[in-house]
Amino acid sequence: MRELAEVRLMQGNEACVQAALDAGVRFFGGYPITPSTEIAEGMAEKLPALGGKFIQMEDEIASIASIIGASLAGVKSMTATSGPGFSLMQENLGYACMTEVPCVIVNVQRGGPSTGRPTAPAQGDVMQARWGTHGDHPAIVLSPWSAQETYTLTVKAVNLSERFRTPVILLMDEVVAHLREGVRMPDPRQLKLIERPRPQGGRENYRPFGGALDEVPAVADFGMGYRCNVTGLVHDDVGHPSGSPQVTNDLIRRLSGKVEAHRDEIIDYELTQTGDADMVIFAYGSTARTSLRALKLARAQGLKVGMIRPTTLWPFPEKAIEEVAERGIPILVPEMNLGQLVLEVERIAKGRSLVQPLSRVDGELFNPDEILEAVKELKPVKSRKSSKKEGI
Amino acid sequence: MSFDVMDYFRQETLPHIWCPGCGNGIILRDFAVALERLNYPRDEVVIVSGIGCSSRAAGYLNFDTVHTTHGRALPFATGIKLANPNLKVFVIMGDGDSSAIGGNHLIHAARRNIDLTAIIFNNNIYGMTGGQFSPLTPRDKKATTAPYGMIEQSFDICRLAEGAGATYVGRATTYHNQLLTQLIIDGAQNPGFSLIEAVTHCPTSYGRRNGMASPSDMVRWQKDNAVWIDKVRAGKAEVKDGQFTIGLLHRHEAPEFTQAYMEVIKRARGQE
Repeated sequence: MRELAEVRLMQGNEACVQAALDAGVRFFGGYPITPSTEIAEGMAEKLPALGGKFIQMEDEIASIASIIGASLAGVKSMTATSGPGFSLMQENLGYACMTEVPCVIVNVQRGGPSTGRPTAPAQGDVMQARWGTHGDHPAIVLSPWSAQETYTLTVKAVNLSERFRTPVILLMDEVVAHLREGVRMPDPRQLKLIERPRPQGGRENYRPFGGALDEVPAVADFGMGYRCNVTGLVHDDVGHPSGSPQVTNDLIRRLSGKVEAHRDEIIDYELTQTGDADMVIFAYGSTARTSLRALKLARAQGLKVGMIRPTTLWPFPEKAIEEVAERGIPILVPEMNLGQLVLEVERIAKGRSLVQPLSRVDGELFNPDEILEAVKELKPVKSRKSSKKEGI
Repeated sequence: MSFDVMDYFRQETLPHIWCPGCGNGIILRDFAVALERLNYPRDEVVIVSGIGCSSRAAGYLNFDTVHTTHGRALPFATGIKLANPNLKVFVIMGDGDSSAIGGNHLIHAARRNIDLTAIIFNNNIYGMTGGQFSPLTPRDKKATTAPYGMIEQSFDICRLAEGAGATYVGRATTYHNQLLTQLIIDGAQNPGFSLIEAVTHCPTSYGRRNGMASPSDMVRWQKDNAVWIDKVRAGKAEVKDGQFTIGLLHRHEAPEFTQAYMEVIKRARGQE
């Protein structure tokens, strides 16, 4: 265990490993896949000395199953993968949502679909991270833009999974994963860590799946004596399967409700020079790094450009878009996909702002100049005032 | 020995969902008897199951129980056992669950020799979905997806487990239920991966299509076609076409995975 704050030159994947260990992760089940493999390698090397467990499973389906099992036994658990493996994990990801088992799934995005471009960055899994598993379910998805932020968000991912008893996805991309930069790590003893709510009372009144719409019920570790039943079937508050419409309705609404009701605890975004901006770039992950450069170039040319950089992709940071759309200023959304999160931006903007997607799917990062050019072509929609006048 | 078998069940979850004449209840009782004799602290027992008729068994038992996803019970159980090796982990799976969708996990759990006790409820069919063939449906038998007869060769799941590295492998039937109890006890006490195949009867989805419409026909079939391995080994019986062996089929010693991992921890800490 580290005992001091320190600055170290690290890859994003290495920062993820160190952060997970600092956040108390003591079980990792994984399967090799580019570009996430360094996370498994780091865990294999470092977990045992901390008394933690690493296991290389036979595939990604087994990997996520193993971490759900370990978490049921009370241990903070994680897996890491990339697109093809993330696809394989979807069924058990839904199982973890349904059974409210805390765990962290890292997806280092690479070019897809299918085997795609294993060593190239992409942001094509944004919607899969939200909707990849079947049925209505909650989703918490965080996306870092640097090795430093990979550290911070990995800690946050572990904390949120414990806080809300739900899987949390850390959505990285190949560039963030392999980029080496200085990472400032705090003394791990100073980190604010969250532990899942555990039951205090007797077995008789234990309701591991009960509570109000916004409630996260306490969960006992296997072996504590609460003798809980865990099932992916619709279940009542004690965990028995149920075919009741009322029980079904209450469960499905609470699973999402416990996350939706606490959006403010989860959602985080960074605003850069949006105050005086008359156009903004909305960007995340390594695309935001290029966008910041484009912003600086634009400002040097006298263009009032700002940037919204969400670190929480799901739940979607609606307020950030709302404030910009209120002002009617145009929003450029560069993404390394054919336009995924831009759909959410449009949904919130509701036509008040021009929302312009900018896509790259060739496995290359955006060039600052192409973002700058796209910014220059943005045209503000008519302000709300003028449209009112038209109405008269 | 006298004890109340109901003490092992979550009585509020009963009656079970199984069809009249199903053999699964017999296996479940044998399992409860085995647990009584094993006398583990109840709160240290975890029962993991997959998906299918048999996997509903976990929810009826009064322990920490997990009803997982189809075919995936073993990797869930692997995570539980590795995270807390003090827990006694039993895994209940069906024949399709363990050998088709979960076949890869089965061979790797056996290869690792992780200390789990897997009980395969083999009714030779996918019962819950209404009678489709499984990898354990014998050749020429009929199923809804083999209406003209099964043309694929079937697995011998015991030989499969043995070949993959399981250190304890046995087979019994719902007719030979005292043997089944004993195999579960011995399998649980084996420090490694144990697989016990429990041949059970499904008159509803298998027997009716294959000339054994009543449960008693099916149990009689088990009685007539199960051959004790000890007799075969002693040259006193032979296994004819369509018959199968019962008893302790295989046993060997090998390092157990969670114990081997404890050595990894010592090495990482520089203690050896």
